[in-house]
Amino acid sequence: MAKEPTPKEMQRIDYNPPAPGWMDTPVNIKPGMYCYPAKPEKIMDVDMPNPHKWSVTDEDWHLPADWKETFLEGMRDRLNKHRSFKIFMDICVRCGACADKCHFFLGSGDPKNMPVVRAELLRSVYRGEFTKAGQILGRLAGGRKLTPEVIKELWYYFFQCTECRRCSLFCPYGIDTAEVTIIGRELLNLLGLNINWIQEPVSNCYRIGNHLGLQPHTYKGNIEFLLDDIETYVGIRINPTFNRKGAEILFATPSGDVFAEPGIYTLMGYLMLFEHIGLDYTWSTYASETGNFGFFTSLEMAKRLNYKIYAEAKRLGVKWILGGECGHMWRVIHQYMDTFNGPADFLEEPVSPITGTKFENAKSTKMVHITEFTADLIKHGKLKLDKSRNDHLKVTFHDSCNPARAMGLLEEPRYVIKNVCNHFYEMPENTIREQTFCCGSGSGLNASENMELRLRGGFPRANAVRYVHEKHGVNVLANVCAIDRAALPALMDYWVPGVAVAGISELVANALIMEGEGPRTQNLRGEDIPGREEAGDV
Amino acid sequence: MGITVSLGAVLAIIFVALIGGSTPGLQYVFGVFLPYVAFAVFLAGFAYRVVNWGRSPVPFRIPTTAGQEYSLPWIKQSKIDNPSTLWGVLIRMALEILVFRSLFRNTKAELRSGHIVFGPAKWLWLGALAFHWSFLIIAIRHVRLFVEPIPVVVQALDTVDGMLQIGAPALYITDLLLVVAVTYLFLRRLVVPRMRYISLPADYFPLLLIFAIATTGILMRYFIRVDIVGVKTILVGLSTFHPTIPEGIGAIFFIHLTLVAVLLAYFPFSKLMHLGGVFLSPTRNLANNNRMKRHVNPWNYPVKVHTYEAYENEFREQMKEAGIPVERE
Amino acid sequence: MYDANKILIGLAIFLGLMTYPVWSGLGRAVQAPKPEIDTPIIQKMPEKKCVENTHFMKTTHMQLINEWRDDALRKGEREYTNARGEKVLMSLQLTCMNCHSNKDKFCDSCHNYAGVNPYCWDCHLTPKQMKEGI
Repeated sequence: MAKEPTPKEMQRIDYNPPAPGWMDTPVNIKPGMYCYPAKPEKIMDVDMPNPHKWSVTDEDWHLPADWKETFLEGMRDRLNKHRSFKIFMDICVRCGACADKCHFFLGSGDPKNMPVVRAELLRSVYRGEFTKAGQILGRLAGGRKLTPEVIKELWYYFFQCTECRRCSLFCPYGIDTAEVTIIGRELLNLLGLNINWIQEPVSNCYRIGNHLGLQPHTYKGNIEFLLDDIETYVGIRINPTFNRKGAEILFATPSGDVFAEPGIYTLMGYLMLFEHIGLDYTWSTYASETGNFGFFTSLEMAKRLNYKIYAEAKRLGVKWILGGECGHMWRVIHQYMDTFNGPADFLEEPVSPITGTKFENAKSTKMVHITEFTADLIKHGKLKLDKSRNDHLKVTFHDSCNPARAMGLLEEPRYVIKNVCNHFYEMPENTIREQTFCCGSGSGLNASENMELRLRGGFPRANAVRYVHEKHGVNVLANVCAIDRAALPALMDYWVPGVAVAGISELVANALIMEGEGPRTQNLRGEDIPGREEAGDV
Repeated sequence: MGITVSLGAVLAIIFVALIGGSTPGLQYVFGVFLPYVAFAVFLAGFAYRVVNWGRSPVPFRIPTTAGQEYSLPWIKQSKIDNPSTLWGVLIRMALEILVFRSLFRNTKAELRSGHIVFGPAKWLWLGALAFHWSFLIIAIRHVRLFVEPIPVVVQALDTVDGMLQIGAPALYITDLLLVVAVTYLFLRRLVVPRMRYISLPADYFPLLLIFAIATTGILMRYFIRVDIVGVKTILVGLSTFHPTIPEGIGAIFFIHLTLVAVLLAYFPFSKLMHLGGVFLSPTRNLANNNRMKRHVNPWNYPVKVHTYEAYENEFREQMKEAGIPVERE
Repeated sequence: MYDANKILIGLAIFLGLMTYPVWSGLGRAVQAPKPEIDTPIIQKMPEKKCVENTHFMKTTHMQLINEWRDDALRKGEREYTNARGEKVLMSLQLTCMNCHSNKDKFCDSCHNYAGVNPYCWDCHLTPKQMKEGI
């Protein structure tokens, strides 16, 4: 693994591109900026095409014999299937509004990371291979031919896009690079050119049920460990159920939170919250993953993985589904699930069993976001909260790209935070809400071999955190995304040491006054809560 | 390279039109034949492109949400930037198309001693707005030369546009704005390194072409005067299918007309089709009612899935041991 | 989802607007205006000629009149020497309208056709007003 540059070195970025045009600049694949190729067996696990061994640094990527026809045929097919793709290939005027909106461009200065150029990489192929003008005039019409060199360039830059949609917000025609990247990656997958950090979770999720490959007993076992921790810090034993038929609600969340810090604290938060309100719900080991790495592979793979959620809800006979904190997961749930695998006519329109609130906005998909659910509970005074337990935390909130720009979940998490924390500070307005910056590791790019890419991509986010850290002493970066919880700690350690990362449900649980609880001198992380140590000794 | 080629192309068009416009025998070609062909290509090409887009479905509902979603009743929704109803979408689209809402949001990121700072960036929005609105008003104003009698709206627009009453014939505000705006849009591509990096011949060419159209129009109105009654006779002749070329019309008119004809014929095959495309952009023209109303994908097809049965068959023993209920013991 | 109807309606509206000049005229020929120079004074002229030649007057009379206004009112100069070397009094009412006393059949016929609305008559009296009023 390449050694990352220091923050000082990393901040030397020039936003002015060099004089030679991008078509004259061959792709320069740099270590630390890419992920390792998918292992052939992981591709075979899910019957995807052209599994083969190859190495990024090799001259020859061992493309299949008919690579060009496959790619172009795939492109034609997708042009006919997606109006978005066709229009986005046709109408960009290169006004440049998107150029400095991409976190990867802002963090790297690589001009091919300007969203307009990222799309032009493929658009030039579209013009060169599909339009008459491009076929005849070639470069004069902005067209180029598809070559193995171009494939490499597409691969390098489509795996340097986290599908965060920030550029699409500023585009006067709503051109969404995420859409181009999604389709670009689909095309690369036709040639067996995925990255392993995506492919292996996909394979695991498909067969075992979740990205981490936690088998049912391990999944349950891991949660039981967390129940032990809750007992230690809170003094209450919780007994959740798994795969229970007849439960009212199926709770589904990303598996990352079952396994790794600081996501596990968020998961402990869910457990405590549901116990506190006496929710009739169940976990599932089969649908134990809602984060959907299939979405970073192909829409078909996304659908294949997403299938399990409705299938399990149907099998268990629940009334509706409650979903945990996650980013791209909610892109898929909110904008794709009902279309992929609906209609969910075997479920009921979601109603909170505690407050009686009808979740109007989820009446068809029948899946509710945990912060929508929690905000409603707080609004109705159903939670007993002691905000002062979070008084040592100065909290800011990182909007995850997809809940922000593909859903509009902005106020719910803020309302929850403000009701469980006394000290909340917003980052500058150009970096939050719909203008939020990506963590730099979304869409399956949170590997370790591409750490420089992640740190660069996360720089704009970290830059804003650093601002509130210096101005208000912010020490907690709250979020509603499992990838954020996995990725942001490294980003904070590098750019803004001293800022911890926490899911919102962790903050809720720390403030939650549960019936029969112990002295609560420690938080869910087992850390002493300042000012409460002595009370605990009594 | 892009600039040279584009400039060369525009100059070549002007040169050819100059020859054609000053040669009596060729005036019919440049004054009648070319405009008819160009207009037909424009209409047919535009329709073809839009229909062709329409033939590809919108398989998923993918609006880019730019504000608070429709949620719990006590949370204030951003009804325009994140619309959940048809009305919301219509207003969002109207703002997008009429006042370039998204471009108005533009910011400028700069690196200052290791910090990224964001500032407002309204010049592009202003330049684009001036350019497009001037262009539209100028186009509508020109209707006075194609129809008789002249519609009241067109006449009124003409009066308002010339209300400064500077000189005779009166100076149009939009003429001035268009030239300033198109120059700005061209110069930023030339001067700003990032813009130069992303610009193609297809970006320079239309700007230069429109600059040439505006310039020849202004020349003709204020400097190299032509007989406006003769001009209208030609243009009304075209629109009523009674083409005629009166004598004594200066070559400048034929240059202007030819440049416009080229723009029309070029339009459907170029990025200028954003005029039609912006209406069809799925990230803008769909309501964010995703979880409320199911969106149907016409090509949704069955996929291979890993069923619960297959899962339980693989893990039944472990599940039983861990006390997880199973379907079959 | 195709929304074919919406697209086709939108396209039809666009094409309709673009072809407005064509369908509003419905192919009927429009006669170009023929400004009349049939006034008593012009009739009496042995050689019918204006201040400058016809082509110049057709294309550039508005600029000439505008210059006259500036020269006469702002500089106090009243004498104009034309291309033929003749000296002419710079005056809309006394020179131009003296011959072209038929404003509605001369000025207005072309101005209306071309959609031009000169503001000469905001200040000046028309020949008709002169006859009636003064």
